[in-house]
Amino acid sequence: MSDQRDSGNEQPTKKLNFATRLLHFGSEIDRTTGASSVPIYQASTFHHEDIYNPPEYDYSRSGNPTRQALEDYIAVLEGGVRGFAYSSGMAAISSTFMILSSGDHIIVTEDVYGGTYRLLTSILNRLGIETTFVDMTDIELVKKAIKPNTKAVYMETPSNPTLKITDIATITEWAKEHELITILDNTFMTPYYQRPIEMGVDIVLHSATKFLSGHSDVLAGLAVVRTEALGASLKQLQNGLGTVLGPQDSWLLIRGMKTLEARMRQSEISAGLLATWLSERTDITNVFYPGLAGHPGREIHETQSTGYGALVSFDVGSGDRAKRVLNKVQLPLVAVSLGAVESILSYPAMMSHAAMPKDVRAERGITDGLLRFSVGLEHIDDLIDDLNQALQEE
Amino acid sequence: MEKKALRIESRLAQIGSIEEPVTGAVNFPIYQATAFRHPQLGKSTGFDYSRTKNPTRQVLEDASAQLESGDDAFACSSGMAALQTVFALFGQGDHLIVSLDLYGGTYRLIERVLSKYGISASYVDTNDMDALETHRRSNTKAVFIETPTNPLMMITDIRAVCSWARQHQLLSIVDNTLMTPLFQRPLELGADIVVHSATKYLGGHNDVLAGLIITKGKALSEEMFFLHNSMGAVLSPSDSYQLMRGMKTLALRMERHESNAISIAKYLTTHPAIEAVYHPYLEGHPGRAIQAEQCSGNTGIFSFKVKDARYVEPILRHIQLIAFAESLGGVESLMTYPAVQTHADIPLEIRQAVGVDDKLLRFSVGIEHVEDLIADLAGALEAARVEIEGGESV
Repeated sequence: MSDQRDSGNEQPTKKLNFATRLLHFGSEIDRTTGASSVPIYQASTFHHEDIYNPPEYDYSRSGNPTRQALEDYIAVLEGGVRGFAYSSGMAAISSTFMILSSGDHIIVTEDVYGGTYRLLTSILNRLGIETTFVDMTDIELVKKAIKPNTKAVYMETPSNPTLKITDIATITEWAKEHELITILDNTFMTPYYQRPIEMGVDIVLHSATKFLSGHSDVLAGLAVVRTEALGASLKQLQNGLGTVLGPQDSWLLIRGMKTLEARMRQSEISAGLLATWLSERTDITNVFYPGLAGHPGREIHETQSTGYGALVSFDVGSGDRAKRVLNKVQLPLVAVSLGAVESILSYPAMMSHAAMPKDVRAERGITDGLLRFSVGLEHIDDLIDDLNQALQEE
Repeated sequence: MEKKALRIESRLAQIGSIEEPVTGAVNFPIYQATAFRHPQLGKSTGFDYSRTKNPTRQVLEDASAQLESGDDAFACSSGMAALQTVFALFGQGDHLIVSLDLYGGTYRLIERVLSKYGISASYVDTNDMDALETHRRSNTKAVFIETPTNPLMMITDIRAVCSWARQHQLLSIVDNTLMTPLFQRPLELGADIVVHSATKYLGGHNDVLAGLIITKGKALSEEMFFLHNSMGAVLSPSDSYQLMRGMKTLALRMERHESNAISIAKYLTTHPAIEAVYHPYLEGHPGRAIQAEQCSGNTGIFSFKVKDARYVEPILRHIQLIAFAESLGGVESLMTYPAVQTHADIPLEIRQAVGVDDKLLRFSVGIEHVEDLIADLAGALEAARVEIEGGESV
């Protein structure tokens, strides 16, 4: 969100309700023609009329009007000062980590996304960045992990795939006392349900490939910062590293985000019904969903989020049974990824967490019988009927 | 017919043309999908998640590997993203030898980002084998060449430098942006890695931001695949398509860029307001013989110095057909003022040592009619003369 670009829009966008902000974010109408959506500026470079007065945009890596509209949009939604769009969620994460230098230490949630784990343990370690993975549901463990060279704390809540809850406000408050930068991957909740910057978090990251875009058709990452200083430093890195999102994908992502609230609400209702149905079955050993009574951390989650999200993980008892279910389901896509209009069923042990040693996986509750269901927009009765037949043992 | 046996013009024209097995479409489809359904658990179609591999991007990557005579290729969200991904091969304590007259963005990446992780670089005239040897240290890991350099068109003997690098077990990396594989194929001359800002000649229309990495050798290709997937700075399917579309006309465009640039360079050598013209085809250019030996043609950019820095501003104001903008390699002609645009991040003393001073202009010659371009330039030079020297317009 930038003041000069919003000058034509007298409405104080922050005062509006979220569903309205999704459609009226400041750049939704093209200033030149009045077109009802921002044009796709498929240009790499921009003409300078006057050598002493460079234009606002000079090269698309540094700034592109379509990408800018998206970046302003996510900043408004997350309540931050500035947004950045990247070619993938991992590009957003890897570019953000570059605010750190050799010799710096970072505390990271132990059930961090596998791609982030790989980045930290096989690439950033070579650059002299040190990581400690801790169970962030326990603030005491986080406190114990601090070292003189600790510079940042990295959270994901709810976590993937067991939906563990981290207390954002408590960790952020402690981090601030120690002058640590707080970073939170908000992919699972989206700003519709959870706005970490309002709780003091410094940088919010997204794999926008998931719920924000919502159609399994765009690979994208987003970052939003709480302060101008962090904004300047992320801007320099985004431009310097060139990990930017293209104009067509920026436009597709904007298009997807307009229906975020409608999609999230519907998927959440269905996810709640699915989780309840699963928890009532005697042949399911465990159901993980923050909306279920008895889900650990549920009370904390309810203080920091306005919803429970669309992901349900459940344990069918054994690896063999999980495989049978995956081969029998008809409706959900059996695939990696999540957060789309179509339901996606994943098998963490062999997909997202395949690289993790079996004992480490077991320790984190990622058992061989665990399945992760990303609930889409199909009718819930159809999804339940389908899962019911897949769970039926001959 | 075996595609490898075809001439490069034929391979360019047919990128993706006969790859689509389902419908026979003559252009490869844009797979705007992030995830791919697994036909059965443990079975993959070869595609799982688009960051790792996307069918549209794959066609572009395979074609690029073949055009550059490499083993594998990786498409990135920008030229800088390609460079960043390549530089992630290196870690703390590593040292690089880099062309003295370097693109400003690469210089910034090294000095502002890589330096934070204990990676250092020496800037060396890569023509001078003694200088290379002088700067080689026990921790030197690679030599990075641009030839011709931008903007001063210095030529490096690729074969000699790569052979020297191999002797000392250094990786040799060549930025082939300005020449393209049509005119120069560094991997055939002994280089290990070629990088491109495909935004330039390969894309060719100033409409898509993209980078390419082409690798030689299995181990290096596997390492690059790991980095490309882990860092996530990948090119989107729509931009991959756009880039292939541009590459189909590369040969036609380059031939016109080359002949236009040579004609205009020759014209400027005789112009009284011009102090020097830097084009490797011109008699007296120090790299002329090497260029003729290792390339089958010349690029469409060159630089020239006006006799008085005061000419620069009015020239840029008076050109009408030629756009004053950053970037290069498009069908439209662009003029750039390196000292304030592309090379502003390089310290004054380094810029002056290589000759990027306030009298230098870089001309990316497009494919307009050459007489129109000469007329535009002649008009701007004359208008500048009248403003600076006074007197009648002739």
